[in-house]
Amino acid sequence: MRYLLLKHYRGGPTPTVDFAPMDQWTPAEVDAHIQFMRDFATRLEGTGEFVEGQALAPEGAFVRYDGEGRPPVTDGPFAETKDLIAGWMVIDVESWDRAVQLAGELSAAPGPRGEPIYEWLEVRPFLTEAPTVAE
Amino acid sequence: MNESLLRELVPAVIGVLVRRGADFASAEDAVQEALIRALQNWPDDPPRDPKAWLVAVAWRRFLDAARAEASRRGRELAVEVEPPAGPAPVTDDTLRLYFLCAHPTLPPSSAVALTLRAVGGLTTRQIAAAYLVPEATMAQRISRAKRRIAGQPLDRPGDLGTVLRVLYLVFNEGYSGDVDLAAEAIRLTRQLVALTDEPEVAGLLALMLLHHARRASRTGAGGRLVPLGEQDRSRWDTCLISEGVTVLQTALARDRLGEYQAQAAIAALHADAPTTAETDWVQIVEWYDELLALTGSPVVRLNRAVAVGEADGPQAGLAALAGVDPDLPRYAAVAAHMYERAGDLGHAAELYADASRAATSVPERDHLTREAARVRQRLRP
Repeated sequence: MRYLLLKHYRGGPTPTVDFAPMDQWTPAEVDAHIQFMRDFATRLEGTGEFVEGQALAPEGAFVRYDGEGRPPVTDGPFAETKDLIAGWMVIDVESWDRAVQLAGELSAAPGPRGEPIYEWLEVRPFLTEAPTVAE
Repeated sequence: MNESLLRELVPAVIGVLVRRGADFASAEDAVQEALIRALQNWPDDPPRDPKAWLVAVAWRRFLDAARAEASRRGRELAVEVEPPAGPAPVTDDTLRLYFLCAHPTLPPSSAVALTLRAVGGLTTRQIAAAYLVPEATMAQRISRAKRRIAGQPLDRPGDLGTVLRVLYLVFNEGYSGDVDLAAEAIRLTRQLVALTDEPEVAGLLALMLLHHARRASRTGAGGRLVPLGEQDRSRWDTCLISEGVTVLQTALARDRLGEYQAQAAIAALHADAPTTAETDWVQIVEWYDELLALTGSPVVRLNRAVAVGEADGPQAGLAALAGVDPDLPRYAAVAAHMYERAGDLGHAAELYADASRAATSVPERDHLTREAARVRQRLRP
């Protein structure tokens, strides 16, 4: 079963720990955080559960159709109050429980003073193809 | 016979089919199919004459496809008999394929894909893997590109400028999948140098060799980006550097300067310096002046400001930066570096943080975040 672990720049439930933005950490804390993320992905490759990971730039816009012959309407850059996705990891695991367990481990990535950042991650199951055997 | 020797035959075999009367699009498809069969069969059963084998298999494929198409349309097949093999030299065929695949009417991503397949002899699957798109998407991109250039004559010189831009794009893509695109770009540019008499082609080859020489030192532990000033110069590939410098000197002696030669000259001055401090920044600024006169590019203006900052100090660098478009990617990173050297750490840290938000790659973003963190640490008592 495939799950999306979605990381947000902002939005989601109220943060448990209110930590400073990353550029205000020490270089060693930044390195430790990045290394944790890399090690996590490498470990999941090793267990055969990693599918892919991608990061998104903070800029962008909402776009919609505005009628025949008219250019699309854009709304953006994103307002400070809006939810903003930072990136994702797709994992292929045996169960929802395993997905939750892994998200919990990823959320323990170290921040200032090496403390876990307790970051909220959104976990979402993928809808699948229709099965071959239907009855 | 290894895969790279096989791939080198591809453009010549396409040329043979075209001279026998096949249109470029069908010839290219047929050779791609022959190539895939060769990759499957040759390891166990290598042919005595690889090129003749490819020509025979591709020609048969072409005839089968042409007959199927003709019967579908209820028409006679126009090309049936093999015309006598003319004296047309292989080198001309290959050169014309470069021009056709990088035709100015093609969008760059299509020109890149078509060049890698028809001139580079890569399979659609390899190209798709290198550019991280599904194979079907890449196959469509190539088919559309071929439809777009259908009817373009294959016997005329094309635009060398677009060919060089395509090769430069391939080189810059670097490495992902099982194909090393930087090495492939070098191979194709080296081949083009042998086919043309234009110093800018040699200039591009020199530029690629000199940058490729630094590749091992550009990434540190955990994939982190190592900027030029911090690279371990003992890891630079001295063979590639000396080849690059020789190629460049020969090109410059022709006295027809162009942007790739000027860029290569800058890369050669970096390659020549034992440290950042001992780099001949004054001469680098002069080369950027040449480059700016040739291109008028805003990115060159930004890089020139960096060199001015190194040659004449951060205040001069900031003055040079005043004339540069602040919306350019890397502008904030360059400004941050100069403010740090000028002693304005608060401003530098903010600019590094801005630069990290504007970064276009993960290694660059992580590097700039780390720089912001490093400067902020210097600010703390």
